[in-house]
Amino acid sequence: MSATNTLPATQAVVLTGTGLPWRLPLLLAVLFVVIPSLAGEYWLGVILVPWLVLSLAGLGLNLLTGYAGQISLGSGGLMAVGAFGTFLLMLHVPGLPLPAALLPAGLITAAVGFICGIPSDRIKGFYLMVSSLAAQFFLEWLFLRFPWFYNYGGGATISLPSLTILGIDFGSARGRYYLVLTIVVALTWIAANLLRGHVGRNWTAIRDMDTAAAVVGIPVNRYKRLAFAVSAFYLGIAGALWAFAYLGSASVQSFNITRSFQILFIIIIGGMGSLGGSFIGAAFISLLPLGLDTLSQSLFAGHVDAGLLQNIEKVIFGVLIAVFVIKEPDGIARLAALFRARAAIWPLRL
Amino acid sequence: MEFFLETLIGGLLAGTMYSLVAIGFVLIYKASGVFNFAQGSLLLFSTLTFVSLHEAGLPFAAALLVTIVILAGVAVLIERLLLRPLANRSPMALFIMTLGLSFIVEGVAQGVMGAQVHALDLGIDDVPIYLGNIMISQFDLAAAATALVLVGILAVLFNKTRIGLSLRAVADDTRAALSLGINLNRIWQIVWAVAGISGLVAGMLWGARQGVQFALSLVVLKALPVLIIGGFTSIGGAIAGGLIVGAAETLAETYLGPLVGGGLTSWFAYVLAIAFLYIRPAGLFGERAIARV
Repeated sequence: MSATNTLPATQAVVLTGTGLPWRLPLLLAVLFVVIPSLAGEYWLGVILVPWLVLSLAGLGLNLLTGYAGQISLGSGGLMAVGAFGTFLLMLHVPGLPLPAALLPAGLITAAVGFICGIPSDRIKGFYLMVSSLAAQFFLEWLFLRFPWFYNYGGGATISLPSLTILGIDFGSARGRYYLVLTIVVALTWIAANLLRGHVGRNWTAIRDMDTAAAVVGIPVNRYKRLAFAVSAFYLGIAGALWAFAYLGSASVQSFNITRSFQILFIIIIGGMGSLGGSFIGAAFISLLPLGLDTLSQSLFAGHVDAGLLQNIEKVIFGVLIAVFVIKEPDGIARLAALFRARAAIWPLRL
Repeated sequence: MEFFLETLIGGLLAGTMYSLVAIGFVLIYKASGVFNFAQGSLLLFSTLTFVSLHEAGLPFAAALLVTIVILAGVAVLIERLLLRPLANRSPMALFIMTLGLSFIVEGVAQGVMGAQVHALDLGIDDVPIYLGNIMISQFDLAAAATALVLVGILAVLFNKTRIGLSLRAVADDTRAALSLGINLNRIWQIVWAVAGISGLVAGMLWGARQGVQFALSLVVLKALPVLIIGGFTSIGGAIAGGLIVGAAETLAETYLGPLVGGGLTSWFAYVLAIAFLYIRPAGLFGERAIARV
């Protein structure tokens, strides 16, 4: 009973190896130029910004779960740390620009993640899930119980006065899109490089079989904790962006256990152990409710009430997860890779 | 001292409610190696089915019987559609499957039977009784007694029947059991049905306490530390774990709560579980895993 068959190591090769020289600039051009010029305010602010932020969160969890093989249900709590950390830093250090607050907030989250990771040197597998749940519920409780965290405001919510960086206002949908996109692209680039180096190799070795990894001399505990810290850094930044670039104002409820599950589903559906999969999964998760909503509106013109629709959505998610885990455990990213491989040799053989 | 005892007893009795939920987990984990995250939503589904049938006019016993039949059907479906295609896959894949299953079951349960809160009256008065000066909730006592009866029935089922013998054989060594001609698929169906029924019992007690509603499915998260402390493979462990969690949680809330402003119950059990795990990584009664390369 090894855990290897759900997460084949080939995945990493497929996704880091396909980068033909012209693909990356093309993708960046689409993201930075084509999409903003085509999409309206609604699409940018309500669909693309949350998609990017969720992708970043999914990427963070993917580093931990998909690459280092440590399951976690504490993503929401760590996102809250990032959001509240940013809020408090901006509050207590006047004149601090947002990017300068994001970095230390991310580092604080990384420290919290590191602490959450300490039990992983003795606890494995499902047992570890409990330590992440402990973090999730403790953090939720902490941010709600002590008013200092939300600056004694009413409703326990946090918000920033404005998204101004170096005198430029990023408050519009377009501005927020560019802000989030820049951060997400930079962090994805860093993650890709991290995974290609010895850190990533050691993580996958630990994921595939930690006993074997220890035998060949990888300091397993140190790299597990590093995975927790790095993953938390990403989740913290994602949390701050979710609160301030997407929602505008946030409370602990924005980062509860449901959020943790959502992030987990992103990487299950998108693809565990795949950077691109985080983006695909996030797109899927944020577009499915929207698509379903539009579909039911056009088909039944409001005859289906919102509660039922929500339940249908739940069932569809459940079925999808079951289908994916049975048919394609590596998610949409794997399907896409297979499709690409077929398309490349297309007229010859399909 | 009396106050301490009262708190302790209250906590222990509340803990048996956790144990009841955890038993369903242990049954499935033992027999099929699945960490069944859907136990909570199955609990919600079965209780909701029972309450809806009861409200529709079926007498108590008939509603219970119909619910059990439905649960057996669900168990067969789960085995056919989800467990069989995932045979020989990693525990993680099976766990993720149960995550999906929990969404399906919750969606169906609430879509078909509605999301409103149903009241459930089991006919047990929640009047406290006094033991000397110590006040004990009668309802909690009844719940504890139910747990005891359930464990008794399960013990008979496991130790005195042919099915129980096969169940234990499968739990002990699946491959050997298969080679002896034990019908593994049938065993899985039975185990999932039995786990569902134990979930129904737990759900009815929880439901009578706090109303039958969506929040019931969240007791699954509370059962997790119970399982961790008791170990995934031992029913005795599930009981002990439940008692420990219940008592510790209540004591912590009473004595530590005022120092930090209360609300400790939301996370105390998990921290306790980590502390236990740090000392015994496979729980109190769990089987130690031996890793080989």
